[in-house]
Amino acid sequence: MTQEFQTSKPIYMQIAERIFQQIVRGEMASGEKLASVREMAIQTGVNPNTIQRTYSEMERMGIVETRRGQGTFITENKVILTELKIRLQTDIIQSFVKSMKDIGFSKEEIVQGLQDYLNGCDEHD
Amino acid sequence: MIELRNVSKKYGRDFSLKDVSITFKPGKIYGLLGPNGSGKSTTLKMISGLVYPNKGEIFVDGKLVNRKISRKVAYLTELDMFYDPFTVQHMIDFYATQFPDFEMEKANTLVNDLKLDRSKKIKQLSKGNRGRLKLVLALSRNAPILLLDEPFSGLDPMVRESIVKSLLSYIDFEEQTVIIATHEIDEIEPLLDEVLAIFNGNLIGIQNVETLREEKGVSVLQWFKKIMEENGVYGGEK
Repeated sequence: MTQEFQTSKPIYMQIAERIFQQIVRGEMASGEKLASVREMAIQTGVNPNTIQRTYSEMERMGIVETRRGQGTFITENKVILTELKIRLQTDIIQSFVKSMKDIGFSKEEIVQGLQDYLNGCDEHD
Repeated sequence: MIELRNVSKKYGRDFSLKDVSITFKPGKIYGLLGPNGSGKSTTLKMISGLVYPNKGEIFVDGKLVNRKISRKVAYLTELDMFYDPFTVQHMIDFYATQFPDFEMEKANTLVNDLKLDRSKKIKQLSKGNRGRLKLVLALSRNAPILLLDEPFSGLDPMVRESIVKSLLSYIDFEEQTVIIATHEIDEIEPLLDEVLAIFNGNLIGIQNVETLREEKGVSVLQWFKKIMEENGVYGGEK
């Protein structure tokens, strides 16, 4: 409705991933309060039970904390947030490398290609 | 909680529902899916006590369903249910006299949220605005059961979105049981907990939306098309 979702992945996970990206981009700061389950449900057009699951899962991972009667907050634990950033990076690299290998590129060629591409980008800046 | 026990309903010689047993639990939003004429509306009408099964029994919170169940069941019909000369405000006031659980405050907020003009006569309303008004009336009741029959049919995407948002704003998602009968699956998928597919009066599948994605990697629409094919329907119907 308001947002599109991929069919192959649970919706609760896709919402968690969007929040992770916002945290890593710095759009949401550590210690910041998340929207309530209902607010988030309305914003995304998603079932409240699904949002509840997103929040529980993020809490299990230590990325958010629920404070009784106050709501859900992004952790102030910097180590966890750094780990999250690294994990998102690893995920992207993994899928990139897999795609490259699938079409037959060697390690060296991947590195070379990436370097050339990045240098090219610099020139265009 | 709604329980259908071996329910059959016939209209003349044709089965509208054939020996169906289902339980709907509170705190969940169910999607009742199926092509036109599959038995969706009949199911909702039977839960709201508007028609009775030929066989089997239906219980709402342990009570056998009769016409009085309307105290507990808020029902949005797919048909037009209004008196043309009434204004929006008349209709709301009339509804409030019919149901003790009607909350005027909620109705007022909803009317504002959905930008309805209170002084307009029903016959001057567009289809989209009639759809909105129906939703206002259904959501303004504090009923434990909320049944919506094709709440999106024929409405443009903007209206649909405002309806979804109002629905999410006002349902009691811990206590209420919500059933939405629709054939527009794709758009409301993220709204649903569980989906039930019925075809030719038979219940042909029940699934949890997230489990479908997690374990089978398919959306509700993909699942629905697949089981419809298995039941001998090829293409065409959405």
